[in-house]
Amino acid sequence: MFGAGILKGMLVTASNFFRSYYVKERLTTIPYPEEQRITPDRSRTIPFLVYDGEDQEAGLRCTACCICEKACPPQIIYIVPSRDEKNRLLKHPKVFDIDTSVCMECGICSEVCPFEAIRMDQVFELSTRERFESLLLHKSDLAKSNGYYHQLHPTEAAADDAKRAAAAARKKKA
Amino acid sequence: MTLLVIIAIVTLASALAAATLGNLMHAALNLVLSFLGVAAFYFFLDAEFVGLVQVLIYVGAVAVLIVFTILLTRRDEEKKNGLPWGGVLVAFVVFGGLIWAIVKTPINSIPTPHLATLPVHRIGQILMTDYVWPLQAVGVLLTAALVGALILVMEEKP
Amino acid sequence: MDLDQIFVIAKQQVLAWLTGAGASVGVVQVISSLINIAAVLAVFLTLFALISVIERKVLARIQNRYGPNRVGPFGLLQPVADGIKMLIKEDIVPRRADAIVHFIAPVVMCAAATLTLCVIPYGRNMTPVAIDGGVLLFFAAGAPAELAVFMAGWGSNNKYSMLGAMRAIAQMVSYELPLLLAALPVVMITGSLSPDEIVAAQGHYSFGTVPHWFAVTPWGAVAFLLFFIAGLVESNRTPFDLPEGESEIVAGHMMEYSGFKYALFFMAEYFGMFAVSGLGVTLFLGGWNSPVSWLEWIPSYIWFFLKLSVLLLLFLWIRGTLPRLRMDQVMSFAWKFMLPMAFVCIVAAAVWHYAGRGLIGWVWSLAIVVVAYLPLTKLLWTGKQFAVRQYRFAE
Repeated sequence: MFGAGILKGMLVTASNFFRSYYVKERLTTIPYPEEQRITPDRSRTIPFLVYDGEDQEAGLRCTACCICEKACPPQIIYIVPSRDEKNRLLKHPKVFDIDTSVCMECGICSEVCPFEAIRMDQVFELSTRERFESLLLHKSDLAKSNGYYHQLHPTEAAADDAKRAAAAARKKKA
Repeated sequence: MTLLVIIAIVTLASALAAATLGNLMHAALNLVLSFLGVAAFYFFLDAEFVGLVQVLIYVGAVAVLIVFTILLTRRDEEKKNGLPWGGVLVAFVVFGGLIWAIVKTPINSIPTPHLATLPVHRIGQILMTDYVWPLQAVGVLLTAALVGALILVMEEKP
Repeated sequence: MDLDQIFVIAKQQVLAWLTGAGASVGVVQVISSLINIAAVLAVFLTLFALISVIERKVLARIQNRYGPNRVGPFGLLQPVADGIKMLIKEDIVPRRADAIVHFIAPVVMCAAATLTLCVIPYGRNMTPVAIDGGVLLFFAAGAPAELAVFMAGWGSNNKYSMLGAMRAIAQMVSYELPLLLAALPVVMITGSLSPDEIVAAQGHYSFGTVPHWFAVTPWGAVAFLLFFIAGLVESNRTPFDLPEGESEIVAGHMMEYSGFKYALFFMAEYFGMFAVSGLGVTLFLGGWNSPVSWLEWIPSYIWFFLKLSVLLLLFLWIRGTLPRLRMDQVMSFAWKFMLPMAFVCIVAAAVWHYAGRGLIGWVWSLAIVVVAYLPLTKLLWTGKQFAVRQYRFAE
């Protein structure tokens, strides 16, 4: 009969309306500040520096080799290696700045690092109240612990730990 | 009384604007305003039904028709002609004739008849009994106009 | 304390106090009209605000998502946020637009929509303008709305606006006929154009439980359906919202309007919806009468607004269900189906009346309506088969 299709459609929408109240899985919206979306294992945003142990300065894996500085496509990493009193290079950065307002989150810095020192974070709530100063992250902002890294990317962190342990064992044997 | 004068002035001014404005669309909208003024006059004369039908038909249908016609017919940019003196002469002659006819009517000597307001159902009754032949004739006329319009726009089936 | 007449009594008290305080008759009349206007505007502006947020929430729930739920409890203060947003937006008028016409269009549209709200009886003795030709005033006051749409499209000096305006006017003019013709059987049976009398004619009950609403009769049900569909079209709602389809022509004739003028158009569209629903309730659903005789203690205005809410929810439900119709489909639906069906309704109503309004009349009018419906649907049948789609290259 003419018009029966419309009535059937209206019944479908009405049932949708009522079921959305008591069948909670139908509503796929995640109400944002109250609930967070579960991001997949390999999602990435801005980079961060990994440190082992408790001390942020002493356990920092970065040796200021500057490979990531040279590899970064928009060239936003600025590294000043620290030197001792005789002006010899210490394997520790004095200044490590990343301008996150330009960072395109490509992950190249993380791929080329030979020391598993810089990895990709998953924070996206990065908005600040003014445009330039707050988005320039320094070494103290960027340094996050290995435990945090394990929480973010468990498989990658485990692989990194295994690689570092193997390298340390080889050095000890040699 | 003052309301009547104001409505009269608005109607006359908009009718004048409708006749003389260069911008065709503005002229059409002023014509609509004069239709509304005439409907207001009908309301003043206690003829509610006629006033409402005036708004419904003139503003709702005739004005839309005029506006569509202006829109769909190609026209060049407004040419500034001078006043059409022949038309002005005819207008003055007709105006003089109407004024003469109005002045000759003994308006002030006849007392205003007290007519009861004609209710709508009485209008319906009169239309169906005393005036049924004119009603049917108007119906035939409108049907003829409708069929004619359809024939004009219908394309030939190939 | 008659709860039913509480507003009427309050207004009479105010006017009596004014006359006692020495105001002349003219002033009292003006104040009386102003009270009516203020009441209608207050009620319908609040209803407009409420419906705009309820519409968004109902549509959202139909589509398996939440509606606005941040502003106020359950998002009910969202219209306040929307109103503030509309007010503080910059009012942009295109440079080559016709300034006067562009300015007047939303004003005329709003005036036409608000004027139509004045003849609807909201309760017992509660019609703002109770004249003899109320139904005719409704349709007459709705006529300038089409002109306002055209002025909006023309004044914007934009070819897409103009296209949207022409489509809107074509649609509105085509469906004005079925709207009027669907209201005609009711006027014919009642013998009067006054909404108060039409509501009074529907105030009886059979066996105390079946109301004598016109929508309960076969011709009345069909006429109500036609009236409702024509009302959908007149207020440019889905599935007939091609003139303002957001995905097609951005906003059609309202494209160049920003800020408060757009809010006025929006408000005029919703007021049109309220007015058509109100008239539908008055003509077909018994106005402020209660459906069963033992519920008559509930005040009349409560019944009116309950029925109005049901119709408005029906508007929203249809919006959530149906896709948009194409322009030629809209036109063929009007001229090939609705117009003949409206004529059939008039004939069925006459048969019902002259067969004595009893069972024989019911059966005959039902037969006429059904027998006319079946061949008319054949006219709309396009015979297109909806088969599984064949792809040429994507295998």
